Amino acid sequence: MALEPVRVVASGEVELAVYEWGTPGGKPTVVLVHGYPDAASIWSTVAEGLAERHHVIAYDVRGAGRSSVPDHTQAYDLDHLVADLAAVVDAMSPAQPVHLICHDWGSIQSWEAVTTERMAGQIASYTTISGPSLDHAAYWILQRLKSGSPDQMAQVARQIAHSWYVGMLHLPAVAPTLWKAGLDKLWPGLLEKLDGVRPEASDSQRKDGANGVNLYRANFAKRLLKPGERRTDIPVQLIVPRKDKFMVAEIWDDLPQWVPNLWRREADAGHWIQASHPQLVIDWASEFIDHVEGAEETPALARARLHAREARSGRISDRQRGRLVVVTGAGSGFGRETALLFAEHGADVICVDLNLEAAERTVELVRLLGAQAWARKVDVGNVEQMEVLADWVEADFGAPDIVVNNAGIGVAGSFFDTSDADWEKVLRVNLWGVIHGSKLFGRQMIKAGRRGHIVNVSSMGGFTPSKFMSAYNTSKAAVMMLSDCLRAELADKGIHVATICPGLSITNITQSTRFVGLDAQAEAEKQARATKLYQRRNLTPDKIANAILDAVENRRDEVPVGAEAQGARMISRLFPKLSRGLARLDLLP
Amino acid sequence: MTMTTTRHAAPSQQDLDGFRAIQRLAYRCAETIGAELAPGMTERQAAARMKTWLLDHGVDDWFHQPFAWFGDRTAFRGAVGFKQLGGFNPAFYPGLRRLEEGMPYILDCAPSMNGYTADIGYCGVIGENRVLDRLMDDLLEYRELIVSLVRQRKHLSEVSQAVDRLCQRHGYDPRHKAYPFEVLAHRVEKLADDGAKSHLSLFNFGARNIRELVKDVLASRKDGLSPLWSSHATSDHPPTPGLWAVEPHLGFRDVGAKWEELLVVTEDDAFWLDDDVPHVRRWQARGLLNPVKQAA
Repeated sequence: MALEPVRVVASGEVELAVYEWGTPGGKPTVVLVHGYPDAASIWSTVAEGLAERHHVIAYDVRGAGRSSVPDHTQAYDLDHLVADLAAVVDAMSPAQPVHLICHDWGSIQSWEAVTTERMAGQIASYTTISGPSLDHAAYWILQRLKSGSPDQMAQVARQIAHSWYVGMLHLPAVAPTLWKAGLDKLWPGLLEKLDGVRPEASDSQRKDGANGVNLYRANFAKRLLKPGERRTDIPVQLIVPRKDKFMVAEIWDDLPQWVPNLWRREADAGHWIQASHPQLVIDWASEFIDHVEGAEETPALARARLHAREARSGRISDRQRGRLVVVTGAGSGFGRETALLFAEHGADVICVDLNLEAAERTVELVRLLGAQAWARKVDVGNVEQMEVLADWVEADFGAPDIVVNNAGIGVAGSFFDTSDADWEKVLRVNLWGVIHGSKLFGRQMIKAGRRGHIVNVSSMGGFTPSKFMSAYNTSKAAVMMLSDCLRAELADKGIHVATICPGLSITNITQSTRFVGLDAQAEAEKQARATKLYQRRNLTPDKIANAILDAVENRRDEVPVGAEAQGARMISRLFPKLSRGLARLDLLP
Repeated sequence: MTMTTTRHAAPSQQDLDGFRAIQRLAYRCAETIGAELAPGMTERQAAARMKTWLLDHGVDDWFHQPFAWFGDRTAFRGAVGFKQLGGFNPAFYPGLRRLEEGMPYILDCAPSMNGYTADIGYCGVIGENRVLDRLMDDLLEYRELIVSLVRQRKHLSEVSQAVDRLCQRHGYDPRHKAYPFEVLAHRVEKLADDGAKSHLSLFNFGARNIRELVKDVLASRKDGLSPLWSSHATSDHPPTPGLWAVEPHLGFRDVGAKWEELLVVTEDDAFWLDDDVPHVRRWQARGLLNPVKQAA
């Protein structure tokens, strides 16, 4: 690639190569700052995309690309780097404040620009990727070490383990020598291994790698040992690549304490997200810039906004933060518990139920836990209604991260008493509901490049034949097979499909199970007895919710919940004949 | 079913006044000590303060001595709530948990004076807790539901099951099931006014009150009645006249909330002994009480 600088801007004795896409002409100006060991060229796809609606500037940081190389390490300290950015902005957008989009070291140095006075009034917004303020990081470490909590200490230890290279970069001569000895040639391949991206090779790679080492040497020890309090009122959009190998996600947890106007978004991407997912960066940055320039906040952006007080109320962890979960049958039982559990771990939830009032109640509870939630009345077996739901989700949020196809109904009794209508009903909800949910939202995940999760709630009935459960168990067995096939098909897309097989758990389903071949009173008695039996078993819905969360976090394929489900699964696999024999027993309550 | 015995007679007006007076005293105690609570204080310190305050105000016996629960202990979550060791739950005893800003607390005391006994529950928070606010708001529905079903002479187990269903609809755990025998309520009897300044307590429970309760359990068993009101078959009988200390206790995640007050059951009616209690005043202040309902 041959990016040609449009200008060379002087900053002290250093000359900075500046690149430009598009023209100012009333459009917002965006400045892109690259990290280590990159040069401005790392932004080329993003810059081209942004240039359709923005005036885009990028420059090679001192020592990198076509910019000149200072002669001593201290010339790489943050004051000089801020002066560089200021010089570029003064030259390229003297009248209009700019929107910064920064990555890695570009982001580290730009924190200094947005939290100090030097550039006051010149920065309209800041989109930061994978580069914390060193001062914030120092406080983050100190607060955790002081907390005495083993969990928090472990976070620090993990971050330090992720920062191994920082220590290495401080060793005299080692890193520059490696770069000069051929690491620059290996780098693109290494990058592909690390992050699965292969941006065009940079012709200045050796220089970028060898000189950039000074960024670390000039600043790390100084800032980490003597941090200052760095705050800003500038709107900040934090983009967190979930698979960043150099950063633990918790590093951002304390950011709201420094930045009151903060939006946080997570992406299924590695460290070099601008190279691997340029369109995502373009979309998110444009959406944010539009809002800062006066456009109404989009629902997705509103969801990403962190409200300082709410941020932590009721939270157990932030492991699911930023994720959007769709739960069907969310008005009660497994569905409600799943919605609440994901909310406690930071996710936002769309609660779908046939009973709108119940779904709205779940939404209220989710909000109490500090997450956002929406209720929708949908019959999951009705494709039109599911399409309306999916269209709304796509329009407002792009795609969900997790879909829990949970809604289900029960039918029990002899095959010959089970009417066609009973069959249609149970298949429509238990099977077609899962088909619609998987298809509509799976398609959205593929389109949005989301490495999401489809969780289908089956049952131990799915692998446990029983003479009085033909309709229900057939529907659940179908869900298992559907999930297995879908898992295989979606594996290449990185979309995970889980099947959850709960045992005898207490939910509304026992109270509303249709017992065919019985009059109303006998049916009510059966329902009451079934409910009682399940109550005695005491497998509560929160255990199923926990299994769902665990399946998502550990990408499990098939999860039986409860000893009876595990036992029945084992029998069906190892002793199928025994399983078929047991099916003849009268196990109905 | 007309199996009320003399033991289960509706209280006289004079008795109602006596019970109301002690219930007000108990709530004044909870409000006073609640206002004194500060971060760093332990449950035991709070319970001791309540006890001292009540003794200073003439209390001479207990149904149970004051309890205080802080933080997630208000919700009786986890193993402590599990099966309650056959009716005896050590989680009740105040512990060394220290109060923090934003942490919910429950103060529960049951003093007796001149033969009259109250049993109250009071909750609050230093600062703000949105979950607690919501639970306390929703507790209104339980107060209205319980009295209206008792007025309809529904069997006590049915009333308790209706409370369970309301909990399920709300998404709350009925945490009163962690109480001994999973009771939603228990009877409170008038004791002899013997003039003594103090009476025997065992394990923080007043011997005379517990003796009354045990005697009642034994005596009314043959009639299919129970002074312990739960969802179980033992409560499958119409409300028995007298005073019932009703204590719906809701839990949502780590937060629990309750109120407890005396319900007066007569031969053909039921009403709350006193509407001038902190939780009702709170609902009034928040505009949750429908004025028509109040008048009714």
